Amino acid sequence: MDKKDAKAWLYLLPAILFLGVFMVYPLIDVLIYSFEEGYNSASQTSFGVGSYNYSYVLHDPYFLQAIKNTFILVIFTVPISTGLALLISVGLSSIQKLRDLFQTIYFLPYVTNTLAVGLVFMILFKQTPYSDGLVNLVIQFFGGEAVDFIGGPYWAKMFVLCFYTVWVVLPFKILILTSALASVNEQYYNAAKVDGTSRFRIFTRITIPMISPTLFYLIITGFIGAFKAYSDAVALFGTDLNAAQMNTIVGYIYDMLYGNSGGYPSYASAAAIILFTIVLTITCINLLVSKKHVHYA
Amino acid sequence: MSNQNLYEKIEKSAKNRQRARNVVIYTLLTVWGLVVLFPFYWMVLSSVKSYSAYSSEYIPKFFTLSPTFENYVDAFTTVPLAGYLLNTLIFTVATTAIMLVVTILAAFAFARLEFRGKDMLFTLFLSLMMIPNELVIITNFVTITNLELRNTFMGLILPSVTSVFYIYLLRENFAQIPDQLYYAAKVDGTSDFKYLWKVMIPICKPTIVTVTILKVIECWNSYVWPRLITDDQAYFLVSNGIQEIRENGFGRENIPAMMAAVVVISIPLIVLFLIFHKKIMEGVSRGGTKG
Repeated sequence: MDKKDAKAWLYLLPAILFLGVFMVYPLIDVLIYSFEEGYNSASQTSFGVGSYNYSYVLHDPYFLQAIKNTFILVIFTVPISTGLALLISVGLSSIQKLRDLFQTIYFLPYVTNTLAVGLVFMILFKQTPYSDGLVNLVIQFFGGEAVDFIGGPYWAKMFVLCFYTVWVVLPFKILILTSALASVNEQYYNAAKVDGTSRFRIFTRITIPMISPTLFYLIITGFIGAFKAYSDAVALFGTDLNAAQMNTIVGYIYDMLYGNSGGYPSYASAAAIILFTIVLTITCINLLVSKKHVHYA
Repeated sequence: MSNQNLYEKIEKSAKNRQRARNVVIYTLLTVWGLVVLFPFYWMVLSSVKSYSAYSSEYIPKFFTLSPTFENYVDAFTTVPLAGYLLNTLIFTVATTAIMLVVTILAAFAFARLEFRGKDMLFTLFLSLMMIPNELVIITNFVTITNLELRNTFMGLILPSVTSVFYIYLLRENFAQIPDQLYYAAKVDGTSDFKYLWKVMIPICKPTIVTVTILKVIECWNSYVWPRLITDDQAYFLVSNGIQEIRENGFGRENIPAMMAAVVVISIPLIVLFLIFHKKIMEGVSRGGTKG
């Protein structure tokens, strides 16, 4: 190794050290953990190698509940948040006045602490002995029946979780879509106008294809983000998510690792690898679908 | 009917349609604006209501005529809120500073220096971008525990430093700087490090600011890692602090005090955002990934 090489490696040394210790090594280690049966963190010994951890996790009712919750969350929030973001950004780009103001307001949730604001949502939705909570009062005002959204039936809790998730992820999507819409070449629109094309047709035939790479990027990151949902649920339902039936896959991993039911890095590892496999599969499916529909100029 | 009349009629109806469309658009945008702002309004409002006023309102009032700051005093005296804030500040500043040094040095090596194995190493770095945090956090937890770094700032900071994406972002930016500048500097006998410090960093300042802002937001809001690695309240960050407050803080029912704590925790980033909102939004649209 000559001097030039040595110098370059010296510049890279801190990054390599950090990545090596906290990313590459853990990656290998987590695979080993997940196949070591009966690993004991105190004595650092295990009985042998096999797929028992996976089978334990896959038969654990808490994990199945977490899988179900996560999938419901993904199926609802990804399309709703992407659609809503598209609607709002199209609205934003068709106005002049107050546009900056609206844009700034919409972005606000991005910079707030998910745990802290989640507490406000909890108060708005929660039924307590002394007040039904604002949302319930509104429901009652319109003649509906009050529901405890935080400690009540499953679907009500799921609704709040989805609602809060959409509220949290929307700022990023609106921001990205508005800048994508602004970058579409004006000439396409002018040409369509000369031909007397209807607005709807302009939208489906010009706008959507032109921003399809961005839209697709948002859908992929949306899927990945929703599969990793965790702190939103904690913010609303507290740290004992299993008791609230609202655990997510990531929540299950952390519970296995630490907390009241913790101390099982092997099960946590197996669950993490299952999660990674799911996310990877969905992303690959997305990529395949996008080949047909995404228009790269 | 003359052509003139017809023209006016068409123009008028087009104008009306335009106006109707604007009404719909502005209504939609305002509704969403309210949905976004309402929780913030509610948290500030509840935080200035006195405990007795708050709990006696079966139908909560949308304003208060007798605001009180008692809850803020409670928030700082009953729970160690100031400690949480200080911890978060130390954590954020230290993590961001170390991250910047590591990232800038690595990005410089990839963008400017020539060495054997560069392409391979860079590909390796890029492939690490795909690895979700959840996969490596388990071993990191065990590593930090074995090093007996639980409940220390070292344990909090070290695993939070790395960020492959920022190295990539900065490398792309560094690579855009014309080679001629480098050769000119070399002819003048400038060292590599001085070139990085005096030329590249100033030119790429916008990207560095972006990366800094993104990391600060990430640090201020981080919850999972601090929760795993700290169980001593003296080392709690704001996210864990708020969760602690919620579960055992003021007593579950003292919501006004809780809201005061929430306001205090939210204010630093909101102020930062209001000052730098152009820069932050620009930065996030270039390099943000949350969503």
